Amino acid sequence: MFELGFAISLIPEMLRGLWVTMIATFGGFALALLVGSLLEAGRRSGVSALQSVCNGYITFVRCTPLLVQLYFVFYVLPAYGIRFRALTTGIICLGLHIGAYIAEVYRSGIDAVGKGQWDASRSLGLPLFATWRHVIIPQALPPMLPPLGNFFIGLFKETPLLAAITVIDVFGTANAIAGRTFRYNEPYTVAALMLLAISLLAAYGQRRLERRFAKAEG
Amino acid sequence: MNTPPFDLLPQLLKGAGVTLQVTGLTAVVALILSFLVAFARMAPMRLLRGAATVYVEVLRGTSAIVQLFYLFFILPAFGLSMGPLTTAVIGLGMNMSAYGSEVVRAGFTAVPRNQSEAAAALALNRVQTYRLVIIPQALVIMMPSFGNLLIELIKATSLVSLITLTELTFSGRQMVVTTGRSFQVWGLVLLIYFLMAYPLTRLVGRIERYAARFR
Repeated sequence: MFELGFAISLIPEMLRGLWVTMIATFGGFALALLVGSLLEAGRRSGVSALQSVCNGYITFVRCTPLLVQLYFVFYVLPAYGIRFRALTTGIICLGLHIGAYIAEVYRSGIDAVGKGQWDASRSLGLPLFATWRHVIIPQALPPMLPPLGNFFIGLFKETPLLAAITVIDVFGTANAIAGRTFRYNEPYTVAALMLLAISLLAAYGQRRLERRFAKAEG
Repeated sequence: MNTPPFDLLPQLLKGAGVTLQVTGLTAVVALILSFLVAFARMAPMRLLRGAATVYVEVLRGTSAIVQLFYLFFILPAFGLSMGPLTTAVIGLGMNMSAYGSEVVRAGFTAVPRNQSEAAAALALNRVQTYRLVIIPQALVIMMPSFGNLLIELIKATSLVSLITLTELTFSGRQMVVTTGRSFQVWGLVLLIYFLMAYPLTRLVGRIERYAARFR
């Protein structure tokens, strides 16, 4: 039922798919970091209309499935003349989706910095920008790393959904091979093993990074 | 484009009914599996512990959609073929149980050790200790996390549209094909998911405040 030779012969093609998966992961995560910080900046802007928009966006995105968001962007935007490649659409959706979660990470990280730090900065006459740059962010960042790492791995595991909007990632490649050869076991097994290997590796890297930061904190 | 979207609703609501059905069934399966796997991970037998750890790591390390495809397309080749609904409930249930078992484990370890010492001092036996002291406290700690997992589950059920189960997302795809009104259809589908998940997030918020009182 499982032919090892056939499975091995699929690896080069699957690796090309995996490369697309990695592009989607890193592109999506970079965008999510940006979207998250814009949302969090909007929530701290003091402009109540902007705050409501950001809060509403975060609530709505977190209460709806990524797959449907992908369909919405992929099939609706072209009707209004906005066209992207499937992979670009996928990266944008991943960024917009995970960004809503990452805004929460930023918020709790920043809130965890003691109020006294703000008071001390003000009494030292530090301007607002310098306060953020030298006082708040350096303290807020280390506790954010574990949840950010979790969302990075989580985003990586969401990427197979992009196959539903015709992206040829590692899962899309497996679909294509299965459709072409009518053999399901080998392509999906290779895809699953590749995903598993990378997420275990990423989890290991995350643990090491956390330990290093924990040491740096003393 | 100008037709009001109401004619789409009956079909989509029927799909939403299936979504709720899948969510409910899966939640029960996932809850039972979560406890079984968590107990296996805390068991004194090394082999059982190892097996449970592999189960959790593999299910958390691969995507739910890959797992569903595995069950749906590959198991039949080994003579084990299940309908889409069964596949969905078992596949999502196993996936969710990997996360749920961690919730259970965290809940039990969060009950302070002196609680069981106090129970021993009161001469409660093992069963009484668990039934009267440990489990009630652990359950309260687990509730908010289980609530969050339930919200994740509602959204995750959209994946089973890809293994041909006619739930909300699948109904959406059908309606787009038959009517071509993709904006209205996908907009409504998003809205219906939101209306199912949002009240739950409020409920979880309440449960969190309730649970915090016992800290």
